[in-house]
Amino acid sequence: METSKVIHAIYNDDDVLMAAVKKVKAERYHIEEIYTPFHIHGLDKAMGLAPTRIAIVSFMFGCVGLIVAVVMMNYMMISDWPQDIGGKPSFSYIENMPAFVPIMFELTVFFAAHLMVITFYLRSRMWPFKKAENPDPRTTDDHFLMEIAVHGNQSELESLLKETGAVEINIVDKEAH
Amino acid sequence: MASHYEAPIRRPLIIGEKSYHDISVDIARPVEGRANKQWWIVFSIALTAFLWGIGCIIYTISTGIGTWGLNKTIGWAWDITNFVWWIGIGHAGTLISAVLLIFRQKWRMGINRSAEAMTIFSVLQAGLFPIIHMGRPWLAYWVMPIPNQFGSLWVNFNSPLIWDVFAISTYLSVSIVFWWTGLLPDFAMIRDRAVKPFQKKIYSLLSFGWSGRAKDWQRFEEVSLVLAGLATPLVLSVHTIVSYDFATSIVPGWHTTIFPPYFVAGAVFSGFAMVNTLLIIMRKVCNLEDYITVQHIELMNIVIMITGSIVGVAYMTELFIAWYSGVEYEQYAFLNRATGPYAWAYWIMMTCNVFSPQFMWFKKLRTSIMFSFFISIVVNVGMWFERFVIIVTSIHRDYLPSSWTMFSPTFVDTGIFIGTIGFFFVLFLLYARTFPVIAQAEVKTILKSSGERYKKIREAGQSLVGTGSDVRISNSARDNSKNLKK
Repeated sequence: METSKVIHAIYNDDDVLMAAVKKVKAERYHIEEIYTPFHIHGLDKAMGLAPTRIAIVSFMFGCVGLIVAVVMMNYMMISDWPQDIGGKPSFSYIENMPAFVPIMFELTVFFAAHLMVITFYLRSRMWPFKKAENPDPRTTDDHFLMEIAVHGNQSELESLLKETGAVEINIVDKEAH
Repeated sequence: MASHYEAPIRRPLIIGEKSYHDISVDIARPVEGRANKQWWIVFSIALTAFLWGIGCIIYTISTGIGTWGLNKTIGWAWDITNFVWWIGIGHAGTLISAVLLIFRQKWRMGINRSAEAMTIFSVLQAGLFPIIHMGRPWLAYWVMPIPNQFGSLWVNFNSPLIWDVFAISTYLSVSIVFWWTGLLPDFAMIRDRAVKPFQKKIYSLLSFGWSGRAKDWQRFEEVSLVLAGLATPLVLSVHTIVSYDFATSIVPGWHTTIFPPYFVAGAVFSGFAMVNTLLIIMRKVCNLEDYITVQHIELMNIVIMITGSIVGVAYMTELFIAWYSGVEYEQYAFLNRATGPYAWAYWIMMTCNVFSPQFMWFKKLRTSIMFSFFISIVVNVGMWFERFVIIVTSIHRDYLPSSWTMFSPTFVDTGIFIGTIGFFFVLFLLYARTFPVIAQAEVKTILKSSGERYKKIREAGQSLVGTGSDVRISNSARDNSKNLKK
C-alpha cells in the first residue's frame, strides 16, 4: 500500500464551509470527504453527492412485510385451521379480511422501518464496536473538516483553501485504499 | 444567508449568546458531571417504589390474579387502565419527534429527545401489564405464531389482544431504533469530548462509530424523515388498536366507533401533559432553560388545549349518540356514569379533562410555568380516570342486572401501579444523567435561524457568514489539534 497525502481544511462556520465547497468545486477539485457536527442543508448537493435511495429500499421492505402478513394469516387462519371462532367467516381470506388489516398494517411498518434502519447502518458502516473515523474530534462539536487529496499541487490547494476561509490547514499522510 | 431566513415575527427558540460550542458544552454538562444529592434522593424513592412493585408482581404471579380486586363481572380494571394510560403517555413522544418533524416544527428540537425517551420508558411500563394480568403468564409466548409440536397450533388473528401484541411490539421496537439513530451524532459528540477512558469507551460503543460524513448526514436525514413518516401512522394505529380492545366488544359503553380517534386524541393530550411535567423539572435541574423555553411550554400547552377540546367534543358526541340511539342499555351506561356509584370518578374525569385545558386560552396562564405544571398533573389524573371510567363503569353494570357488582382495588393493584411509576422514573432519571437530553446536532441546525443572538445580528442587517466560530475555543483548540495529528 502506498501512502498518499490529503489536505485537511478546517472551518468553524457552516456558511463559510458552504461557500468554500462551491469555490473548490468551481476550481474542479475533488472533495474526498466533509465531516460536520450537524446536517448542513444543501451540502450534499453542493458536493455533488448522488441522492440516497434508502426511501425506495424502505418502500420495498414494506411491500415484503405486507406480503408476509397476508401469506401468514391466510395460511394459519384460512388454509391450515379454518375454524369457526365466534362466527367469523373463515372460508376465504377476503371474507375475514377486515380482522386482518391491523396486523397487515403493523407488519408493513415493522419491515419497512427496521430493515431500512439496518440497511442504513450497514451501508454507512456503523455498528456497536465500529471505530469512529472522523479525523479530528472537533468535527462533532463545532468544526467542519474538508478533505482533499493532494496530487503534487499542495501549495496551490493550500492557498485556495486559505482564501475560502479555512482556519486551519493540515497535510496528513493517508493510506490509499 | 438565504438559507437562514426567518420571519421576524418568530420568537427565538434558543436564548442567549450561544455558539455551536456552547450547545455542546451545555448538553454534555449533565452527562459529564456527577449526580447531586437531590438526584440520589429522588432516585432512591423511585427505586423503592419500583422494588415494591416488583414484590407485588411476584406475589400476583406466584399466588394468583385473585390477589387483585377483580371479580367475575369485572375482569379488567386497574391492570388495563394502567396499560392504556401508559401507552397513551407514550404517544406524545412519537408525536413530537415524528408529526412535528413532518410539519417542520423547529420547536420540537429542544424537546424531542426527552419526549422519545418518555415514550420508550412508558411503553415498557405498559408492556408489563398484558403479561402480568394473564392467569398463566409463563405461557405468554403462546400469543406468538410460532411453529410448534401441537400440530402447529396457531393464534387467532381475529382478536384485538393479538393485534395489541403486534402493535405494541412494533411500536416499542420502531421507537427504540428511531430514538437510537437520532442519538448517534450526540453520543459521538460526548465520545469526542470524553476525557475519562472508561467514558470514552462507553460512548464509542454507543455511538456505533458515527463520524459525521456528508453522505452519512444525507442518509441520516432521509432515514429520519422516512421513520417519521412511518411512525406517524404507527402511533395512530397503535392507540387505535388499543381502543379496539373495547370498541370491538358488545358491551354498552364500549361498542363505539368513535373510540379510535378519541383514544388517540386522549393519548396526545395525556402524553403532552406528561412531557410538560417532566420538562418543566428537567429544564430547571439540568440548567437547560435556554433550550426549553417558556415558548416551548406555551406551545405544548396549546397542543394540550387543542387535544383536550377534541376529547371534550368526543365526550359530548358519546352522550349525544347514547341519547339519539334509542338503545336503553347504551342510555343507561351513560346515565350510570354520570349518576351511578362511580359518578365521582366520572366527574373527576370531566373536570380534569374538559375544563382544565380550557384555562390555556388565557395567555397569562399558559405562559406561567407553575400553572402549566399544575395543569399537566391534573390532566394525567383526569386521563387515568378516563380509562378507569370507560373500563369499569361499562362492565360493572351491563345487560344482566343479576351480574351487577362493584370494584375496589387491593393493595396489590395499587402496588403494581406505583411500581410502574417508580420504574418509569428510575429509567428516566438514569437517562437524564447518561444520555444527551437534547438533540444537540438538531439544535445546532436551527441555531442560526432561531437563536436569539443570530436574530439580533440579522435584525441589525449584518451577514451571518462566519458568525458560527467561537473565539474562545478556536484559539485554544489550535494547539490541541497539533497533538491529535497523526
